[in-house]
Amino acid sequence: MAELQFREALRQAMTEEMERDESIFLIGEEVAEYNGAYKVSEGMLEQFGPSRIIDTPISENGFCGLGVGAAMNGLRPIVEFMTWNFSFVGMDQILNNAAKMRYMSGGQFNVPIVFRGANGAAGQLAATHNTSVESIYSTIPGLKVLAPSNPDDAKGLLKSAIRDNNPIVFLESEVMYGMKGEVSDDPDYTIPIGKARIAREGKDVTIVSHGKVYWSAMKVADRLVEAGYDPEVIDLRTIRPLDIDTVTASIRKTNRCVILDESNPFASISSEVTYQIQERVFDHLDAPILRITTKDTPAPFARNLMDHYMPSEEDAYQACLRVMYAK
Amino acid sequence: MAIAIEMPKLSDTMEEGVVVAWLAEEGQKVEAGDVIAQVETDKATMDLEIYDDGVLLKCVIAEGDSVSIGGLIAVLGDEGEDISALLASYESGNSVAGSVDAPAKESAPEAATPEPASARTAAPVAAPVSASTPAPVSAPAAASAPVSAGRVRSSPLARRLAADKGIVLAAVTGSGPEGRIIKRDIESYSVPDTPAAASGAGAAVGIGRLEGTDSYSSVPLSQMRKAILRRLAESKFSAPHFYLTADIAMEKAFAARVQLNVLTEKREQPKVSFNDLVVKACALALREHPWVNASYMEAESEIRFHKNVDVAIAVAIDDGLITPIIRNADAKSLGQISIETRDLATRARAKQLQPDEYSGSTFTTSNLGMFGIDEFTAIINPPNACILAIGSIRDIPVVVDGAVVPGKRMKVTLSCDHRVVDGATGARFLGSVRQYLEDPLSMLL
Repeated sequence: MAELQFREALRQAMTEEMERDESIFLIGEEVAEYNGAYKVSEGMLEQFGPSRIIDTPISENGFCGLGVGAAMNGLRPIVEFMTWNFSFVGMDQILNNAAKMRYMSGGQFNVPIVFRGANGAAGQLAATHNTSVESIYSTIPGLKVLAPSNPDDAKGLLKSAIRDNNPIVFLESEVMYGMKGEVSDDPDYTIPIGKARIAREGKDVTIVSHGKVYWSAMKVADRLVEAGYDPEVIDLRTIRPLDIDTVTASIRKTNRCVILDESNPFASISSEVTYQIQERVFDHLDAPILRITTKDTPAPFARNLMDHYMPSEEDAYQACLRVMYAK
Repeated sequence: MAIAIEMPKLSDTMEEGVVVAWLAEEGQKVEAGDVIAQVETDKATMDLEIYDDGVLLKCVIAEGDSVSIGGLIAVLGDEGEDISALLASYESGNSVAGSVDAPAKESAPEAATPEPASARTAAPVAAPVSASTPAPVSAPAAASAPVSAGRVRSSPLARRLAADKGIVLAAVTGSGPEGRIIKRDIESYSVPDTPAAASGAGAAVGIGRLEGTDSYSSVPLSQMRKAILRRLAESKFSAPHFYLTADIAMEKAFAARVQLNVLTEKREQPKVSFNDLVVKACALALREHPWVNASYMEAESEIRFHKNVDVAIAVAIDDGLITPIIRNADAKSLGQISIETRDLATRARAKQLQPDEYSGSTFTTSNLGMFGIDEFTAIINPPNACILAIGSIRDIPVVVDGAVVPGKRMKVTLSCDHRVVDGATGARFLGSVRQYLEDPLSMLL
């Protein structure tokens, strides 16, 4: 184990995998000469050379398509988006070609590609640069969607993603790149895709979250513990395939659930998790499932409005009290 | 013009009522004289009749919830009428529509619908509530829904747990929002005295005792238990009771009853019971002893002598007792008393008595003879001055003219309110009762 930043854990995962498998390459804006917009790929050009660490023009549709074609022809591309907001330019390549090629070719072509980059809000970046994309991409059959919340999960899941033969949407956060944590240095360290993590065991209420907002969930849990309650916190880690069994097992115990989700609320991850809970464990619910999300508007620029737009820990705390009928 | 339907005072002692069932739905057209709901008072379940025509615009109180007298139960009016001002006036605790400018928000009139006290006391809180909880900020996802009556609110888990345990949800008091029955309400509820529950609990208790853990079950107070609690505690703690016991020779009454029931059988009437004989004897004695047929009136600082002799009979029913009344019992025949007593007791057990059938007695009898109780003391049923506790008729050896012979004796104990009745007064009354029972023909004169 070593203490690494989130960005270092990602770099270590890519480097280890690229050392292991020559068919892997990294492509994106500023990944090579500039060492990555967020320094995730720092030093990788030097180690692997310009044929495997490839700078592109600002042309997501082009380099996404290049990645899909390369994957169909036996390579294993890692496509970095400077932020996931820019992925929308290349969406046809992701939703139609990467996600559906294996299906439409009758299994003749695998598309082993990882699309990765910073997701969600990162301060005052205004409406077009603050989107949480997980609900958009997880609605597409054929894509796997991963959203690690800490450096160790980031490394283990990214290595699993690179080794997976399906297209992967891998969601990071600008805010978390500098976050430090203990990371396994086992070169074969992987975390299985589709397994949630019970971050804190408890019996009074289940708090479900993923990615950056998981840290808000843990703060809410700390407050609840201080107030004498015993919350359980689940970090989904993988959005799709969703580990609903871990969630429902928890709800069989706690009978109550609050979801923290940085998506916009309509047709979001929280909507889907809520649906699946009521479908499977309706008779175990003692209260309506509540969720805390971003507001149902484009992200504002003004700081005060942005603070209001983001999922609030206070709201989440109050929601937990409500489902426990503690107020 | 919207009309507020308030919780009426359905009995003298009623302080709050529970809406047991809605018989009309929101939006339904109703007419004067229609029964729109059933209301449980401290004594009985009664029909709630309305006096106006209109559309039932809102059922404010959910089934199973209680409300104080004068609290808003429902709103009647014209279809589509705006009743927000009316609701708001009740919400602010002001039943006169003084604040017409009240915000027209759809809100539950919480001020007018206090949660039953039992909801707070009977439901142990599963988790400790932090005293330092900050001022609640309402979560964005859940706007408070307007109260809609007509069904028992419960969580899915509560419903499943109730089904597993065989608990009828309607019997459970919900402690969640708007009376929603939740897990902790089911866990803290126990089915009163069903054999299945008793045997199940028995097994659990056996294990619990071995391990030395405390084991109990509890049930929220019914309206009737609350009434019994309040009135009898008030009586016992404020009326200074003293007790007089007489052992009455019942041989002649026994013989008279045999003869009487030959006649009742011919007339296809119900049999005359010993209790009927005692009621008749008391009624005649009360006519002779006005101080016993009296009430201490604290507010007026006076003693009230009742002109009628209205004898109440304590009747045990499922979850308590009730005291229906034989009006003018002194003037009624034994046959009539017998018929009326049977009818009242039957309807009392079905909770069908009307308030005027159980309120306003001048004297009460309570009989535990059928349970083999030789004698006991009863608590005076206010505002009566006395109550007669009737024991069983015993076959015992008695001395008659210096010889021991088989005899029949019945002990009766008169509880007297010393504020009205003194020892000698009570003793003389009991003497009259004895005289009538020991010589039953005298009741015919």
